[in-house]
Amino acid sequence: MVKISVNGKAEDIDVDPAMPLLWAVREQLGMTGTKFGCGIAQCGACTMHLDGEPIRSCSTPISAAEGKEITTIEGIADPDGTLSKVQQAWISEQVPQCGYCQSGQIMSATALLRQTPRPTDEQINAYMSGNVCRCGMYGRIRKAIKVAAGLETATGADIAEEASA
Amino acid sequence: MSDAEQNKPERSLAAKWTRRGFIGAGVLTGGALVIGVAVRTGNPIGKLKPIVAPGDGEALVNSWVKIDADNIVTAIVPHCEMGQGANSTIAQMLADEMDVSWDNVRVMDAPADGNYVSQHAARMFVGPGTLPDKPNAVGFMEPTYDGLFTQVAKLASAYITGGSSSVRATGQNGMRIAGAAAREMLVAAAAKEWGVPAGEITTADGVLTHGSSGKTATYASLAAAAAEQELPNAPRIKSVDEYKLMGTAAPRKDIPLKVDGSAMFGVDGGPAGENLRYAAVKAPPVVGSSVASIDASTAKGMGGVLQILNMGDFVAVVADSYWQAQQALNTIKTTYTETEIDDLDSEQMFANYAAALDEAGESGGSSKADYGDASDAFANAAKKVEAEYRVPFLAHATMEPMNCTAWVRDGKCDIWTGTQVPLMSRDGAAEGAGVSADNVTMHTVFLGGGFGRRLTPEYANQAARLAKATGYPIKMLWSREEDTAQDFYRPADISRFTGGLDENGKLVSWNNIHCTDDEPAEAPLVEFYDIPNVAIRGAEVEPPLRLGAWRSVAHSQHGFFVESFVDELAHEAGKDPVEFRRELLANSPRHLAVLNGAAKMADWGSELPEGHGRGIAIARSFGSIVAEVAEVDMTGDKPRVVKIYCCVDAGFAMNPDGLAAQMESGIVYGLTAALYDEITIKNGAVEQSNFHDYHMMRMDDAPEIAVQIINGAPDNLGGAGEPGLPPAAAAVTNAIFAANGQRIRELPIAKHFA
Ligand code: FES
Ligand code: FES
Repeated sequence: MVKISVNGKAEDIDVDPAMPLLWAVREQLGMTGTKFGCGIAQCGACTMHLDGEPIRSCSTPISAAEGKEITTIEGIADPDGTLSKVQQAWISEQVPQCGYCQSGQIMSATALLRQTPRPTDEQINAYMSGNVCRCGMYGRIRKAIKVAAGLETATGADIAEEASA
Repeated sequence: MSDAEQNKPERSLAAKWTRRGFIGAGVLTGGALVIGVAVRTGNPIGKLKPIVAPGDGEALVNSWVKIDADNIVTAIVPHCEMGQGANSTIAQMLADEMDVSWDNVRVMDAPADGNYVSQHAARMFVGPGTLPDKPNAVGFMEPTYDGLFTQVAKLASAYITGGSSSVRATGQNGMRIAGAAAREMLVAAAAKEWGVPAGEITTADGVLTHGSSGKTATYASLAAAAAEQELPNAPRIKSVDEYKLMGTAAPRKDIPLKVDGSAMFGVDGGPAGENLRYAAVKAPPVVGSSVASIDASTAKGMGGVLQILNMGDFVAVVADSYWQAQQALNTIKTTYTETEIDDLDSEQMFANYAAALDEAGESGGSSKADYGDASDAFANAAKKVEAEYRVPFLAHATMEPMNCTAWVRDGKCDIWTGTQVPLMSRDGAAEGAGVSADNVTMHTVFLGGGFGRRLTPEYANQAARLAKATGYPIKMLWSREEDTAQDFYRPADISRFTGGLDENGKLVSWNNIHCTDDEPAEAPLVEFYDIPNVAIRGAEVEPPLRLGAWRSVAHSQHGFFVESFVDELAHEAGKDPVEFRRELLANSPRHLAVLNGAAKMADWGSELPEGHGRGIAIARSFGSIVAEVAEVDMTGDKPRVVKIYCCVDAGFAMNPDGLAAQMESGIVYGLTAALYDEITIKNGAVEQSNFHDYHMMRMDDAPEIAVQIINGAPDNLGGAGEPGLPPAAAAVTNAIFAANGQRIRELPIAKHFA
């Protein structure tokens, strides 16, 4: 039995402690927002936060999360359901195409802005280059991060309003 | 009341054939008006014939609209959403024709709610049809076949599913008509109720208004009465100057689901409350071989392992978790039956391809275009130019690896899988599960990328077989390694050209031979260029890998071949590459406008920093014309693409932001391939396995992309998902040449900077 805390909720999970966090969360807890892309820490689709730090959950054993706080895409909005600034910017910039990489992108971007609230292009490029978007939405991700940081204005201000309404 | 009950038709629906197609309308329990349109798309050409309804020889575009009691309008789209946003755009077209505001529009994938439209109603509207049995039919992202292509939604128990999505087919011919018909019937109902002429009634934001009497009514309040009205013969659709929503950047309806983890992809699906088991699989690495023996002695004792299966064409481990299954599978030692290509490697394969071209020589092979006399003009040309280009096999590498969840019990089968061809996948699953196709339920999910990869049914078949063999509901997931090794690849190809210039540097002859059987056939053609003597030929080869439709299909290689050679000719003619193309495009005004647009965006001809170069390329694919200028920085140890300027004419941009996003996406996909990727073969098998050796473009090497749109043919819509890709590679290699005189004739570019 491994004791973990996911998005503020304590969970006891009966799995091999070597099992990567990704599979424990997806299969045992049924939280499928976090995605599998490569399994070898190459694509970032599986990004979660462990005590606020982004990790590749496909390559992190659940035992490493014991006693720590895990945050997934499902827990990134405010507790009252208001989307985070990053999520709102993802909508205003119409970032997702297929959307499969976007949970990981949002988790990475959120961590970036926590560490570096006003990132430069170079900082964004460096921090985000662990997250692959096969649909190639890099320009929009870059813009959305700057919008979330308040460095640029949203393309579709009306859009963001609608989404948070 | 369950959804199914609620949505049962109250009575049979009125329906009739009209000039344009088949329109039907009725009222569902609860007062919702439903209108369906099945449109004839014109004169089916030969290629289309096999996929349309047997007997009547017509392709149908099916669209459904529902107006609920709360005045919410739902567009029921017979396509799946894999990222291109087309379903949202199709709904936008509907909303505009109906005069409803975007806020009150919902989009629903038809297959999600099989009970929603009854079998009876569906039968009335849709009629029988089949999907193409050809996996590399161009498929979902783009209609082709002269704009007639539509994979016909087929009646399947209570489900209408379609594999092809298209703004220009479903949207233009189906949804707009459905919307216009709905509006006319609502107006007719209001006219009757109020005793006023229909011509005096106006519509806006889902409300009918009679100005002089001041009467108003919501669509919903007249929905039932509208269903009683005469079905319009030819509902009037809006002209461009009347568009309100069409042509605007209406936000996509699926995006909010994709920022909070709630969007359900294939890999997330499954039967609620059932105890799923997980399968990892591995198929033989060489095409044509099968599993000879397995040694699973280690795997057997591993944690969570439930069953180990030798399925002949693949090995599977079923376990309590995917990770356990995959770990166990990795320990299994497998031998495979021998094949004739067990010793083949990429070098030998290219040698075979080159030999096929040698054999075809100057005039052999199958003719793809032949006008004027290319050989004669070449013989007499003042300047002769020759070049050979190569491209490798490519994998799709969709972000979501192939997967399928199958549950087989009581003669029924439920399937959750991301597919571009739900009906073909359903048939594949039916075969695997040993049930009839009618007993297979396809659950709608989002696709984590398609790009042509999800046009094949084999993974649905695998999962259904495993579910049947084990009795468990099975979630089968391919590892990234399996996904890379078992793709249907973009063909490798060699293309040879000879070109002749006259003494003024005018291009007078064009002779090309290449290896692939082109899909679509127009891909290698150059009729938009004013070249008097052209011969384009194909030589037959035997590819050692399974081939598939890879984003933009054969345009992906021919865009590179053709635009590289045109660039070489420009330089040989001593002309500026833009100027040279301008002359060649004198009779192709839309191409010319796009070329000029891209050149202007890039400020072509202006000074660049030391070590930078600019290259241009133009391509026409799937009814859209795209020119791209790449700016490349060659000052480092490898090329860096700094900027892409893209000008596109897709006829009319129904959603300009959506079109721009598709351009950005296609460009990155094309640049990734051009710069980095190749699938190579060793001992008959694919050598690459995961993102460490099949490289993806990332944020730190993704260029800035600027997109400009020209609405050059509002009544002749082109595609969006693919046309951004074909010019990308040549724009970059041409830019490298401009920067340092290095001509790259073989992709990927990285090979030349190792
Ligand atoms: S799935 Fe974890 S980094 Fe790719
Ligand atoms: S949106 Fe498709 S992979 Fe990023």
